Amino acid sequence: MKKILKYVVIDILRNKIVLAYTIFLLILSFSIFNLEDSSSKGILSLLNIVLIVVPMVSVLFASIYVYNSAEFLELLLSQPLRRKTIWLSVFSGLLISMVISFVAGVGIPVLLYEFSVTGFTLIISGILLTIIFIALAMLVAVKVRDKARGIGAVILLWLYFSILFDGLVLFLLFQFEDYPLEKPMVAITALNPIDLSRIMVLLKMDISAMMGYTGAVFRNFFGNATGMCISLLVLLLWIILPIWISVRMFNRKDV
Amino acid sequence: MIIANNINKKFGKLKALDNVSVTCNKGECVALIGPNGSGKTTFIKSILGMVVCDNGFITFNGKNILHDWKYRSAIGYMPQIGRYPDNMTIGQLIDMMKDIRGKSGGEIDEELIGSFGLDLMLHKRMRTLSGGTRQKVSASLAFLFNPEVLILDEPTAGLDPVSAEILKDKIVKEKAKGKLVLITSHILSELDDLVTQVIYMQDGKLLFQKSIELLRADTGQLKLSKAIAAFMLKSK
Amino acid sequence: MKAGFIIAAIFLSYTSFALQIRVGRQESCTTITAAIAKANNGDTVLVEPGIYFEKNLVVNKSIVLKGLNYPVIDAEKKFENISVRANNVVIDGFKLQHTGVSSIVDFAAIKLYNCSRVTVINNIIEDAFFGIYSQYSNTCLIKHNTLHAIAATEQQSGNGIHCWKSDSMQIIANSITGHRDGIYFEFVTNSVIWRNQSSGNLRYGLHFMFSNDDAYISNIFENNGAGVAVMFSKGVKMFSNYFKENWGDAAYGILLKEINDSYIRGNHFERNTSAIYAEGANRILMQRNIFRNNGWAFKIQASCTDVVLEENNFIGNTFDVATNGSLVLNRFNNNYWDKYEGYDLNRDKTGDVPYRPVSMYSMITERNPPAIILFHSLIVSLMDRSEKIIPSLTPENLKDEHPLMKPLPL
Repeated sequence: MKKILKYVVIDILRNKIVLAYTIFLLILSFSIFNLEDSSSKGILSLLNIVLIVVPMVSVLFASIYVYNSAEFLELLLSQPLRRKTIWLSVFSGLLISMVISFVAGVGIPVLLYEFSVTGFTLIISGILLTIIFIALAMLVAVKVRDKARGIGAVILLWLYFSILFDGLVLFLLFQFEDYPLEKPMVAITALNPIDLSRIMVLLKMDISAMMGYTGAVFRNFFGNATGMCISLLVLLLWIILPIWISVRMFNRKDV
Repeated sequence: MIIANNINKKFGKLKALDNVSVTCNKGECVALIGPNGSGKTTFIKSILGMVVCDNGFITFNGKNILHDWKYRSAIGYMPQIGRYPDNMTIGQLIDMMKDIRGKSGGEIDEELIGSFGLDLMLHKRMRTLSGGTRQKVSASLAFLFNPEVLILDEPTAGLDPVSAEILKDKIVKEKAKGKLVLITSHILSELDDLVTQVIYMQDGKLLFQKSIELLRADTGQLKLSKAIAAFMLKSK
Repeated sequence: MKAGFIIAAIFLSYTSFALQIRVGRQESCTTITAAIAKANNGDTVLVEPGIYFEKNLVVNKSIVLKGLNYPVIDAEKKFENISVRANNVVIDGFKLQHTGVSSIVDFAAIKLYNCSRVTVINNIIEDAFFGIYSQYSNTCLIKHNTLHAIAATEQQSGNGIHCWKSDSMQIIANSITGHRDGIYFEFVTNSVIWRNQSSGNLRYGLHFMFSNDDAYISNIFENNGAGVAVMFSKGVKMFSNYFKENWGDAAYGILLKEINDSYIRGNHFERNTSAIYAEGANRILMQRNIFRNNGWAFKIQASCTDVVLEENNFIGNTFDVATNGSLVLNRFNNNYWDKYEGYDLNRDKTGDVPYRPVSMYSMITERNPPAIILFHSLIVSLMDRSEKIIPSLTPENLKDEHPLMKPLPL
């Protein structure tokens, strides 16, 4: 495992896209903190980046990387290696490089400018989102053989989680306006990792607004230790489930 | 050594392998022959576990390969089209393979690297290589770990005559050491002096597996190509 | 001659009445009740440290009642601690505790009945039902008292400082926690509430009804169940107060209901769910206030008219302004909004394009509160953006024509 992981990481780093991504995030974070009047506003702008750019780059880069590594995977598959080992090595390699790149690009500026619970929550959510979307990308890459279709699927997936899902939720909210929707809403957010991370940060950032009645329901759930643990668990599930399914599929995949 | 028993594989509606049963033993040089799309490569990949059969089973040294992966340390594989990570140099690729197979690889056999002259271009990236050079790299890697079984998919395709000759000599040499060699090739003439067994496949079906002597006796032809042609005429 | 006699009489009266009566275990008077019985108008009753069970102590003479090092007057959970029924009384330096709780009578630690010019100063009031209660009184000073109750429910607790039908009261530098309402004014006029701290009360930090021409200045209202309510009054001045961390759906920094002709200036609103909620408010001038990190800085209902907001800073609020209708009879001008994204080409320090402080999403959450869960999501940002370009849901006229580019130094 370690050996393949080493080569995957070296390969990704040689790729330079990850480096460019890191620098992009760094410049963005620093300029946001320097341009905004207050660091809390900076955190808000960064939240948008974490919720939009990070999943997109993660899912796109990971899927493209896996498709482009078809040769490498083929080479490894003919060698005395366990398939699971190969697949998890690729996953871990992507995970390590992308997480390092996120922590360097967003984590460090946040810790420098806004060392607070909000900042910390933002970093944790960003890391989890990175991993979740790598896992989803790998699931798509193993399921869809064709690269173009795969990348298309991955973009749709991203679009779904960042916009369509919320649009649907908004639609539901207004369709069932007359019903108490607070509690079902808590369950529905579990179906979208981006929403879940957003709410975790929101509860820290807009605590005053979240203290309204509706907010209080959310806060009662997400705000205490149990709710926080459940949220984190759900996010972890969003990593484990796709990667577990993809391992099973990869075990049966023909090269 | 390798026994395939009634293996089937479908790609969608296409039957790539249809009830194929084959036995290959140590010290033999088996030629896998058949027209394009007859399932040769699929068959080879099933042996390597790269293609998972729908049903039937393959054993390697008496063990089912389905959930095994260690047996591949006894195989050297040269793919039909060698595809390698673009960014790697030949040197890095060889080092990586040594690294990955380090423990299970046995002694290292770098003879082909030398005789193909690859040691002079270790710094070249895979993406810059010609098809022929890639084939040389593939061949070198297949022989590198001195495996008991060599599986060579169209080994001489794309090689210049000199290199093809070097490779053929190497195959003969390894066969002499008592290794099992499995070769697919279109160019039947070059197999003449190597082959001990012939497997003929068509449309995913195994038509026959015969020793070369038997084939020659049956068809009355000395040359393999002629013998096959004669067989095909006869079967029509 | 006659005048000389009067002067002499006044002088005599002062010298002859200015007695000091001491109360203590070693003194001739062991209870305060006895001392008051002995005292005449103008006397001083000095109470030594100790715990006194006076049942209901009635002060019916114009005396100074002074505690030495906080003697305790305990009402055994059955009585009123001190009832003041005379003018010109001073009650200074006591610790009053265990006031009776009743659902019929409003027992208080100190209750002023129809008095004038009473001073209640430097007292510690603990576990009281009502703290300091004034009815039909005027010109009283309530200063430097510390009130702390451990109220469980609103029914089981009374207000900290409660004034009813009073006039010209001065409520200064008191600290009130744990009561139902920190300070309660009903039919109180011409009074001032200054430098008090009212925090952690069950309902309102300050509850203000039918009380005209009052001012409250430099108070701190923090973390009260429902913030501050100012209702059905006119001529109220609110200067330099702090409204902090009043959290909850019905909690407001200030709830303005049916308030007319009032002036709100220099206040700080920080981390409240809603900093100001205005309903039926008319002719209100709001200047130089700071709204920082609130959920909603200003919720203004369509029933308000002529509310003017000028030169306020809005910083870090989730929503700046929310409203429930499209009719806008109020004016926003020269405020600083940190969400303003306009430009200032002519360098006059105000933005060249108006700012619309009502975001589309604040309208949506107003109609559908659970929708707040989608806040900051991409779709909501997109909706807000497009709304800024083409307003459809937000009131067209609700805008600040001259938003400031830089925050005011407040």
